[in-house]
Amino acid sequence: MAFRDGPFENIKVPLVWTAAVTVVLAAIGCILLLISDARAQTSPYQPVRSGVEAVAGPVGGVFAAPVRWFGHASDYVGGYFFAVSENRRLKRELAELQPWRDQAIALKNVNARYETMLGIRPEPPVAMQTARSILDTRGPFSKARLLDAGSANGVKVGNPVINEHGLVGRIVGVSPGISRMLLVTDVASQIPVLVDRTDARAILKGDGSPNPRLEFMRGVGSVQVGDRILSSGDGGGLPRGVPIGVAARGIDGSWRVKLFSDRGAIDFVRVMLFEDFGQLIGAEDLNAPPLAALGTLSEASPEQASAIRDAAARRETARAQAEQRRSDTAAATAAEAARPQPAAPPPAAAAPPSQPAALPPGGTE
Amino acid sequence: MRRPVAVRVVGPVQWIIIPAVVTVAVTILLATPVELFGLHLPEPVIPMVLAFAWPLIRPSVTAPLVLTLLGLLLDILTYGPLGLWALVLLAIYAVVLASRSFLIGQDTAVLFAWYAACCTLAFLMAYLVVTLIARNPPSILALIGQIVPTLLLFPFADRMIERFEDGDVRFR
Repeated sequence: MAFRDGPFENIKVPLVWTAAVTVVLAAIGCILLLISDARAQTSPYQPVRSGVEAVAGPVGGVFAAPVRWFGHASDYVGGYFFAVSENRRLKRELAELQPWRDQAIALKNVNARYETMLGIRPEPPVAMQTARSILDTRGPFSKARLLDAGSANGVKVGNPVINEHGLVGRIVGVSPGISRMLLVTDVASQIPVLVDRTDARAILKGDGSPNPRLEFMRGVGSVQVGDRILSSGDGGGLPRGVPIGVAARGIDGSWRVKLFSDRGAIDFVRVMLFEDFGQLIGAEDLNAPPLAALGTLSEASPEQASAIRDAAARRETARAQAEQRRSDTAAATAAEAARPQPAAPPPAAAAPPSQPAALPPGGTE
Repeated sequence: MRRPVAVRVVGPVQWIIIPAVVTVAVTILLATPVELFGLHLPEPVIPMVLAFAWPLIRPSVTAPLVLTLLGLLLDILTYGPLGLWALVLLAIYAVVLASRSFLIGQDTAVLFAWYAACCTLAFLMAYLVVTLIARNPPSILALIGQIVPTLLLFPFADRMIERFEDGDVRFR
């Protein structure tokens, strides 16, 4: 027996009421979803998100392809017309950067020697995975992008993402071929940073605007307009020293950061397959005395030993020569002082006293 | 003898399914990572048009369910908290459904004022929910940057209402 043939045949419910009941039930379901979803990797709905992103990603990539082609075409045309000015600018930049290159080479050399002498284990070089941004979210409530590289390429949740200018964001979700990147401007993004000039620490908090806020700054004058902001590496989520931007005052008076990554389009990015340095060695090794690694150095080769002996002998010779010169100088000075001095001519006038006479009582202010 | 006249039936496929599919397609299209001269594509909340127009066209059980699905899809695409936009869209649907008897037959200016009020309510809800979840209030300027393009979508809602309002004689 069909439903409408039964005792409910003549019951008529207004359509507005049925729609309203549907709305209420759906809203209750949405509230339960909101409460249960933590928007993290531990979210129970992460597989659903990954599934939808795995479908939407390639679709977005198809849409993005013509745009990319158009961008390449406009770059080609622009490069043709602005080649001369571009060449002049590049030459100027090259001339400015050459002294910096020399300084960097020298500092790198000195730094490597210090690391060897102190037995410091530097962080290993971080492997990179290049990816392309295929879908973009720019609203005030979320700033995220889909990348066309996933766990099959070694990308993991938490990996930092950079472009050629600086830090862009970090990975918050992965599927085999697609990964989700949360930008540093997202309202949920919080990154430990440092001020390059003063080494002061702060937290970079996104708020959906292009310039995230610097919060929890301590100390007077610890940050100034134009200071470079780098990742501090605190907590192990990011390597130390990744460039992020420069400090600036917001219109609301708060400290904000103008991001380096905004200097160019975030189309191609590099995912840093970064592992926390603390995970690569045991915790006991981190607690070892600072110079304990010196005992692990290998024995010197005969050439190195002879070079060390030669350097030590030269140093001893140089020290002996310096001592000799110092004693000769002291003896000459003593002989000069012992020689009788000719009588000094009488002074033409009384010299002014080097010290003022004692002030009368009560003369001070 | 009168010739038979072809009667065009405006069913849920015409006024619910097809607009929903178009909404999804345009949302994905506008999510394309384009940057020309430092400017990005606008990112309005396109399903807001449907949440406003559908209850004015006719009350339906299907429309809120499709609206919920659209909101959940928007949450996943934008990496928002799951249920945020679905709840907001349902709230707008409920408000317009409750004021349906007042809004039917009103002038376009009145409809736009109501649409603007609904948009403001929707973004206020979303702002409060995100602030509660992230414990970090989003930027007001960025919020305005999404409200304005959403308001500019009103002509599409008005066109939908005009197109489908008289589609079924039972709801005249």
